Amino acid sequence: MALQNTITRVLPLTVAACLLAGCGGTNTIPDPEPDGSTMGGGADSSGSGDFDGFGAGEEIPFGGEAAELADTIYFDFDSYEVRSGDADIVSRHSIQILDSGASVRLEGHADERGSREYNIGLGERRAQAVRRMLMIQGVPATQISTVSFGEERPAELGSDEAAYAANRRVVITYMN
Amino acid sequence: MKISMLSRTFLLVALAGLAGLAGQAAAELRVEITEWNIEPAPVAVVPFGWEGSAAAAPLDVSGVIAADLRRSGRFAPMDSDDMLSRPTRGADMDFDDWRILKVEAVVIGRVEQTGDNAYSVQFQLFDPFRGTQLVGYRMPASRGTLRRVAHRAADMIYEELTGIKGVFATRVAYVTAEARGNGQLYRLIVADQDGENEHTILESADPIMSPAWSPDSRQLAYVSFEGSRSSIWVQTLRTGNRLRVSSEPGVNGAPAFSPDGRQLVLTLGGADGNLDIYVMDLATRNKRRLTTHRAIDTEGSWSPDGRYIYFNSDRAGGPQIYRVPVSGGSPERVTFEGGYNARPRLSPDGKKLAVVHNDRGNFRIAVLDLERDNQLVVVSAGRQDESPSFAPNSDTLIYATRQSRDGVLETVTADGLIRQRLESRGGDVREPVWSPFPRY
Repeated sequence: MALQNTITRVLPLTVAACLLAGCGGTNTIPDPEPDGSTMGGGADSSGSGDFDGFGAGEEIPFGGEAAELADTIYFDFDSYEVRSGDADIVSRHSIQILDSGASVRLEGHADERGSREYNIGLGERRAQAVRRMLMIQGVPATQISTVSFGEERPAELGSDEAAYAANRRVVITYMN
Repeated sequence: MKISMLSRTFLLVALAGLAGLAGQAAAELRVEITEWNIEPAPVAVVPFGWEGSAAAAPLDVSGVIAADLRRSGRFAPMDSDDMLSRPTRGADMDFDDWRILKVEAVVIGRVEQTGDNAYSVQFQLFDPFRGTQLVGYRMPASRGTLRRVAHRAADMIYEELTGIKGVFATRVAYVTAEARGNGQLYRLIVADQDGENEHTILESADPIMSPAWSPDSRQLAYVSFEGSRSSIWVQTLRTGNRLRVSSEPGVNGAPAFSPDGRQLVLTLGGADGNLDIYVMDLATRNKRRLTTHRAIDTEGSWSPDGRYIYFNSDRAGGPQIYRVPVSGGSPERVTFEGGYNARPRLSPDGKKLAVVHNDRGNFRIAVLDLERDNQLVVVSAGRQDESPSFAPNSDTLIYATRQSRDGVLETVTADGLIRQRLESRGGDVREPVWSPFPRY
């Protein structure tokens, strides 16, 4: 928790400084907790810094940060709580949202087992867990919407544990 | 008793070939009898006579009737090659021919052309052992209505023989999904219950869910995710006209028409995502909240008398069925057996309740006998069965099951004795809902 607070406090400053300075490139923002599995890849970041004022900000508002920060939070079976390891991902999104003023849509999903409309409820429950976490970190409710697709939009087809685990998720989508 | 699937399938395909016109597009759903636990009664549907200008009648009416009876699982129409005589008029009936063959009922009839696009279908049903006529009718038809008239004849024959109203003239709505480019293409389809006359009434790149018939069969309510948000629509089948009746923040789900068609029960989640049951007046769009619990309350369904809403709630931990008076009040728990009972659907006679039930790790359809201490019987045998919907005669259910990856439809009698698979041409078929009886 202490670590999380530090990140929450330090990162906005870095990001803000970067915005003001018009930082270019994709690798100028230090990643507080590099995660190899979700790295956007070096190919993008090796390119020239073509960030050119605010006009281009829409496309790459936070450069490498956007590419590296996971947009999907996974959930355990029959669970509707963000795993402690994923809390940091949500925190970093809250910073992005607060700093950019963006709105996000939280898309909740469930695995395929059981009844479809009930699974809509389970997907919504997951989306709300992420929403509450964002709100606790100061994101206004007006900048968050939720939609639950239940089991209707699986990330992975298949009827095994691996597919179920991949499908119990919330996807954070930036709207503007 | 299990019957060899192959031979039954073959018989049925042969019949479908007889019934279908050459060149006609194949129906999405073909019926393949999978399993039954009662012996179907031997009957005979004698090829109908034809009097008209063309070489043959525009539709093999007797073929449609025989296919309907066979599909019910209760009857085994004999091969016409094995018939000793093929009468088309009552006067030509020799009951001995049928007693020898131990046929319990004989259907004969004729199609006569009475005008340019006018026909008369006549049929008679006989009991060869008593040597009596059980029912006989003559019905007018056009080319466009011949198939429906054939189904009506099958309905009358079926009811006469079983005492159960036939559902051969009803329809089924369902949703299909298939890969299209990077995403999926979802379709809402309405077809005759035998898979013929299939019409796509909505196509979307976003999910379509939870179709529900209006009591007059003229409209479908459903959930659409167009624009990446859920909303509830009511679409008129004849005109294709569609109205968005609910698009609140968060979940808009699980619509179902009241028995009088004036109200819709639905689930709303609101911005905070607390799914509760609401009743909407369709004329004014005013909504009234029926449940307030912080648990998931969803999948509302009307009792046929319009007094109760049955719904699914996980307020006790796992999903279970509750009911609440439409006028308001405290919900009362209905299911207690097992840890997962969802998607309640009342039979139209109000005597049975179908649910999705977790049966030792498998999601299956179960039927509760509301008149006998809510005794629960599992009637399906898949791993991932869902979306039970009663036929309007309360005797049979349709639901979705899995065949390898894809959803396919099955029907089963409410006692679980006759189960049949409707074979799909492809794609993932789900959420079948059986129409009410047609109004003639």
